[in-house]
Amino acid sequence: MARPRTPLVALASATALVAVAGCGAADMTQQASPFANARGAKTVTLSVQSWVGAQANVAVAEYLLEHELGYRVDTVQIDEVPAWDALSQGRVDAILEDWGHPEQEDRYVKDKKTIRPGGELGVTGHIGWFVPTYFAKAHPDVTDWRNLDKYADSFRTAESGGKGQLLDGSPSYVTNDKALVRNLGLDYQVVFSGSEAAQITQIKQFAKSGKPFLTYWYKPQWLFEQVPMTEVKLPAYKEGCDAVPEKVACAYPHTPLKKYLNAKFAGAGGKAAAFLKNFSWGTEDQNKVALMIADKKMSPKDAAKKWVDENEKTWRAWMPR
Amino acid sequence: MTATTTAPARRAPLAGAGYAASLARHRTPLLLAAAALLLVLGSVLVGTGPWPASLTVDLTGPLGDVSDWIIDHRDTHPLFLYFFGHISNAVVLSVRGVYLVLLAAGWAGVTAAAGLIAWRVAGVRLALTAVASFLVCALLGMWVPTMQTLALMVVAVLASVALGALLGLAAGLSDRVFRLLRPVLDTMQVMPAFSYLLPVVLVFGIGVPAAVLATVVYAAPPMARLTALGLRNADAGVMEAAASLGATGRQRLLTARLPLARRELLLGLNQTIMMALSMAVIASVIGAGGLGDRVYQALASVDVGAALTAGIPIVLLAVVLDRVTAAAGDRIGAAPTGRSALFGWALAAAGTVVAAVVARLVSATSWPDGWTADIARPVNKAVGWMTDHLYSGVPVIGGTADWAGRFTTWVLDPVRDGLQWLPWWAVLLLIAVLALLIGTWRTALTAVLAMAAIGVLDVWDPALDTLSQVLAGVAVTLVAGFATGIAASRSARVERLLRPVLDVFQTMPQFVYLIPVVALFGVGRAPAVAAAVIYALPAVVRITTQAMNGVDPVAMESSRSLGATRRQQLLKVQLPLARPALLLAVNQGVVLVLAVVVIGGLVGGGSLGYAAVFGLAQGDLATGLVAGAAIVLLGLMLDRVTQPTRRSGKGA
Repeated sequence: MARPRTPLVALASATALVAVAGCGAADMTQQASPFANARGAKTVTLSVQSWVGAQANVAVAEYLLEHELGYRVDTVQIDEVPAWDALSQGRVDAILEDWGHPEQEDRYVKDKKTIRPGGELGVTGHIGWFVPTYFAKAHPDVTDWRNLDKYADSFRTAESGGKGQLLDGSPSYVTNDKALVRNLGLDYQVVFSGSEAAQITQIKQFAKSGKPFLTYWYKPQWLFEQVPMTEVKLPAYKEGCDAVPEKVACAYPHTPLKKYLNAKFAGAGGKAAAFLKNFSWGTEDQNKVALMIADKKMSPKDAAKKWVDENEKTWRAWMPR
Repeated sequence: MTATTTAPARRAPLAGAGYAASLARHRTPLLLAAAALLLVLGSVLVGTGPWPASLTVDLTGPLGDVSDWIIDHRDTHPLFLYFFGHISNAVVLSVRGVYLVLLAAGWAGVTAAAGLIAWRVAGVRLALTAVASFLVCALLGMWVPTMQTLALMVVAVLASVALGALLGLAAGLSDRVFRLLRPVLDTMQVMPAFSYLLPVVLVFGIGVPAAVLATVVYAAPPMARLTALGLRNADAGVMEAAASLGATGRQRLLTARLPLARRELLLGLNQTIMMALSMAVIASVIGAGGLGDRVYQALASVDVGAALTAGIPIVLLAVVLDRVTAAAGDRIGAAPTGRSALFGWALAAAGTVVAAVVARLVSATSWPDGWTADIARPVNKAVGWMTDHLYSGVPVIGGTADWAGRFTTWVLDPVRDGLQWLPWWAVLLLIAVLALLIGTWRTALTAVLAMAAIGVLDVWDPALDTLSQVLAGVAVTLVAGFATGIAASRSARVERLLRPVLDVFQTMPQFVYLIPVVALFGVGRAPAVAAAVIYALPAVVRITTQAMNGVDPVAMESSRSLGATRRQQLLKVQLPLARPALLLAVNQGVVLVLAVVVIGGLVGGGSLGYAAVFGLAQGDLATGLVAGAAIVLLGLMLDRVTQPTRRSGKGA
């Protein structure tokens, strides 16, 4: 077995050579997508998170960037935390809807300065526990957390092991629900549906058969138009009451959603960056577009076009001068 | 994945079965007695309960530090600047290069090239299939994503083939390398793709480089395995003859060994392509773009129709690539050689160029916007109808949600609670006994060590929860798979009808099932099991069919002449003779079911699958990596426990 070693060694050294041959330093902060700028167009890459509200922001921004400013837009679907990382590396240029990630903000905005805040989206987000309105109407006292245990039996499923089921969503979402259930002493089991798609499908199925359910959910969200839901009051939110994750025993805050841009893009992104900084709309507008996408099954592009055609006054103000 | 599962079946060792069986017969009572003794001793000495906390290692701190170090040094450390950075750039440049060529060729050029290559390699029928497939991709409005996926695939497959062939060459020529490499490849094969996305992402960031590298890790092993196999199995006579003619080692390798191994090399290529394609879809989770991303995005708005629209091109690509490479393997030796072949290829190249140029002159290179068909709407209507009418309230048999509830309460819960109730050492003992009954002491040792490592990682309970889901999924898969496989082996028409269905289920990205399984079975472990069954069923059906068809016709004939009925034939002749191959089906079923655990995490399966997804979504290396490692260990354990006796060289 001695002989064939020669070509092997040659091959191995050639491979090593090629690996080092670039010699100069490679910049890991400048790693654009190979599909970007494919036909000599100016490209903006936007990150889309899995919920439809984020899709709606991106759809409208994409439409205006393409039709009014002459950019090509690439979208990448990633979860929130990896999206921050991608933003700092320049793989995406902007996040349009961030629900608050203090740890990432400290690291990338304050320390490394690779990400810059891009202002507010104009939408306020709120997370909470919800029951379907048809059930809340029949049992008005269910909307106070102190009475939840009374209804644990109604919310029981095969998955909740004898307790009431609190349906939670995607692993990428901010949630204190396990701690909440424990610290409030509730007779409930948190069941993670694992993805928003699964959660929505399950909620719709419950609603179709008129069954009661208790779920983690958030506003603004288009599903409220289809399945009206009423929030369950948790102990009131106070500044800092959610500081220690294990000890949380209060409701979720109301968060003004923010935009973030890659620092280089924010400086040298020209009209696209200026436009994205100006982009700011209301909950109602976002819901309109989101509902067209998710419920009427319009393509995000068509939905954006419809909104843009109807709301010229709003978006004219975003155009860079 | 078509060939992945069928190939080893042919090579299933029949020779050693008799000896091993007689050994096992003597061994069984001994083993059981020893186990019973240990059981008594254990309950007295060790006590009961789950894995003890004192025997665990908490990796949260160190792994968190590693993750922070990488993020803080990614832009400055030489390791990244001079090594990973260049790899990443090389990947981006090559994918971009291929993508630009594909775009420049336009839809007409690419379709013509696909058709002509298929014609040269595999004949007219496949050429028509290839052309039709590419036109359908365009017709569905998926041309650009299809080209993105294709570009990514080309680069990933070339890299996998290069890496795999290199490893295979080394293993084929040196016994030591072969021994070293085999367990590594074994492990890579049972490793679910999801579990190593996170480390790759951490180093390379999201996007194409990470996706390509993850794909290479996933797709290279079959190439390496089959290359080594081909080189090692070279006909001794031919090698002797070559040596006696005075050929040097290099000449023997190039003129005798490699050509003799052509069939294996092509089979390796075929499998590598299939694996790469399935990974290209999973890689959409880390921002690879292309078709996988379209599937994934469609799911965000709970749009099965749109997900299917992007899923169909993936299936078509898989079918075309699989058939063409398989045909290339079959035609070895029969293909025309010399001048006529050269002429044919020249004709093909010319045809491609002409098509591309004509299309460019006539209109544009991109597919016309108006020429697309919308299938999303009818599909969504069909899914809506199904879920409206089947979910609950079906007379007599009850709705699917009721079945799911009953399955959870009567099957999943007892199995899980039973496993978690067992003392930890009893679980290890059980595994050891099972592995010893089916395999060897070596496989038993690996299995027990793997399970113990899960305990040390402090994920004992979730791992047993996952295990209960896998066991339930495998049981359902085997019952359905054996029944369908036997039916297919008895009727050629059933087999013909089944083939495209199996193709679709095997290559359709698993994400597409997410919504339908939740819509039918609700959120929880039941839909996770359902998704796993859908994914693993085709392989089990295929292996069963092949095993039943492969039974010696003489044995069948003689049993018939002795007056055996069809039923007797099945039970007394076919099933016993096909036993080794059926055990392989069990093994494959287990591995494939486990591969979907992570997908199960996306529909409420909880436990390890959820933790793996959680790690990826939150960039939490500790949670994600530990869960991923536990899935790999669980896979290793299950693979070893179900590994039929003394498999000499595991095929692919």
